[in-house]
Amino acid sequence: MNMPSNKENQFGSTGFPDISVGNCQNCPIHNKSNLLKLGVDMQDWDFVVALAGNPNVGKSTVFNALTGLKQHTGNWPGKTVTRAEGGYEFGSYRYKIVDLPGTYSLLATSLDEEIARDFILFGSPDVCLVVVDATRLELNLNLVLQVLEITDRVVVCLNLLDEAKRHGLIIDERRLARDLGVPVVPTIARMKQGLDRLLEEVNNVATGKTICKPYRIEHESPQLKEAILKLSDEIIKLYPDLPNVHWVATRLLDGDERIAEAFLNGEIGNLEIVITENEETQTVESQVEAVK
Amino acid sequence: MNTNENKKPEDVIKLAQSLRWQLGDFHERVMESTFTHAAQIAERATTRPGQKPRFDFDQAVDHIVTSRIWGFPIMFLLFAFVFWLTIIGANYPSAFLSDLLIGKIYPALHHLAKTIQSPWWLSGLIIDGIFLATAWVVSVMLPPMAIFFPLFTLLEDLGYLPRVAFNLDNIFKKSGAHGKQSLSMMMGFGCNAAGIIATRIIDSPRERLIAMITNNFALCNGRWPTQILIASLFIGVLVPAHLAGFISALAVISIALLGVLLTFLVSWGLSKTILRGEVSTFSLELPPYRPPRILQTIYTSIINRTLFVLWRAIVFAAPAGAVIWLVSNIQIQNLTLAEHIINFLNPFGILIGLNGIILLAYIIAIPANEIVIPTILMLTILITGMSSYGSGAGVMFETGENSTFKILQAGNWTLLTAVNLMLFSLIHNPCSTTIYTIYKESGSIKWTLIASLLPLFLGFLVTFFVAQIWRIVTGIY
Repeated sequence: MNMPSNKENQFGSTGFPDISVGNCQNCPIHNKSNLLKLGVDMQDWDFVVALAGNPNVGKSTVFNALTGLKQHTGNWPGKTVTRAEGGYEFGSYRYKIVDLPGTYSLLATSLDEEIARDFILFGSPDVCLVVVDATRLELNLNLVLQVLEITDRVVVCLNLLDEAKRHGLIIDERRLARDLGVPVVPTIARMKQGLDRLLEEVNNVATGKTICKPYRIEHESPQLKEAILKLSDEIIKLYPDLPNVHWVATRLLDGDERIAEAFLNGEIGNLEIVITENEETQTVESQVEAVK
Repeated sequence: MNTNENKKPEDVIKLAQSLRWQLGDFHERVMESTFTHAAQIAERATTRPGQKPRFDFDQAVDHIVTSRIWGFPIMFLLFAFVFWLTIIGANYPSAFLSDLLIGKIYPALHHLAKTIQSPWWLSGLIIDGIFLATAWVVSVMLPPMAIFFPLFTLLEDLGYLPRVAFNLDNIFKKSGAHGKQSLSMMMGFGCNAAGIIATRIIDSPRERLIAMITNNFALCNGRWPTQILIASLFIGVLVPAHLAGFISALAVISIALLGVLLTFLVSWGLSKTILRGEVSTFSLELPPYRPPRILQTIYTSIINRTLFVLWRAIVFAAPAGAVIWLVSNIQIQNLTLAEHIINFLNPFGILIGLNGIILLAYIIAIPANEIVIPTILMLTILITGMSSYGSGAGVMFETGENSTFKILQAGNWTLLTAVNLMLFSLIHNPCSTTIYTIYKESGSIKWTLIASLLPLFLGFLVTFFVAQIWRIVTGIY
């Protein structure tokens, strides 16, 4: 976890080898046996994973594959309207995974966007797994970039690779991972391909083995930059440990009422404390785990 | 800004506001730069082949299935085919199940009850009431559901549903409703409670209420078996045998289409009266066609939908079976409770081309539309006193189509009764689960009442007029 570059973490876990379990557990082929689908049994989870993405990219399919649940999947946008929750166990950790409604952005202009945004922001997930449609990368990356503004702990699931192939698209996921600064895992969730590595990467980010260096948008216009900086300065004075000052500033400038409200009543401050606490306990935990 | 080190949150918000005024179109500029960055990253990571795909299959198919000329006929034929397959295919497993459950297990249970000398009222309540109602629901409901749901799910998996929404979008807009209502309506064809929840994809509260109130006009799976059974019994027999399946399917699909038509009409009416307002625009994404995973779809739709719905039906059928048995065995002044109620409801029932039995059945069956037919049959036996069927009051009997037909004929059923039952089954109050869901989703008693009573009132209106016109035309009163 001292290795900030996630280039190396793309290929399973590097860094500290887990002595207690031997090499088998580090081998991606072996991982499936580490996955224990827990269905709706979600008591005492160690990590919370939020499942976000554009509509109809296969979030629920990924959700079902991981939890063993049978959330209804259908080939049309807007199918998941409520938050579905399920659980799985991977390695020695128990995960709660929350399937969010599909959205194109996190600007909270509709109820689904608000549900998704509020959960990523205030639900303090340990990892945000963003599922993207490989055939519509450009459109999908808008959401990824917006998620990256809010949280560092992101894993991108590059889904529907079979369809991309059908359309003759070749996607360099390593290049993508480098540019975005977070792990990118190619999958075909319908065929259950690539899920092993997905679990591995989620695990790495959750336990802090992989530290993400998310891509943050630099606005070209100096006017914009200046305004955001000015506001960020003030925000930092009020909430010194806020992980996503830049984003909060942007939202306040945009006149986002929900964020303004959270800002006024201190909800945003709580959020930041919870996250740091989590971070500490996790690192300690993973160290303890490694020592064992 | 160095002058005041400790600004309050309020001040920061004010600062944000004043900065926003200076920046002008902040929102667009942020979005624009997000888009630019996303495009750059995507471009760097993607390699496109030298030439464009020679033939875009999806687009070619979309041109046909969403075309102005072919869109609707294809939709109609596709669904007609699905229903035809359901009606034809369900007969065999239905006969097998009813033979097993009612032909073999039912007498065996009675035999067992005699051997252990259980009191008449106990074996009556459990075997004749609860077991028979449940067995009926299983043998009549399970086969059509096990065929219909996988087929519907295959269409959904393939990506056809959004095309249906696309085709219907324009009409919804003209009705003053939201185009996405077509999607919640499609869900309603599975289950209205699910359809009500699906209206969450509609952002505007006005349009969402319209979608919620009209969702009941999407014929839900609890009502499909009623439609299919009555259509094959009364309408299929009007034509030569080889056409019967086709004509019955046509009748069922007409009812379903009438439901769609009513959805438009009522939406239009609501948007002109109590729910006035502007139509909001939205963009509907047509997803790519995906080859459905046939085996998996069959598996999950049987496990998920079929067994779920069946379980629900059984859970409601069992207590309803008990209620049926009780109302037909509790006597007040030499008449059973059921007879009292039926006699009271009968004049109004006859007026709207139904009868008191049907109305009582709909009251007992509020928890689940699935049990309407078994309730009707049982009550008819009771009133007509057909001793050859079943073995006493509150007892359901064999379920073969022939005997069902005979029972209904004995209950003075005519073609009008059948047609009006099909109509009333489409247009009446939602089941109690749906009503509760409407209340939970709208949070308002007023809208829940409107959503429950409006269809009921419409149902009375429609059946009344159909009955009057029918009687004038045929001269049979």
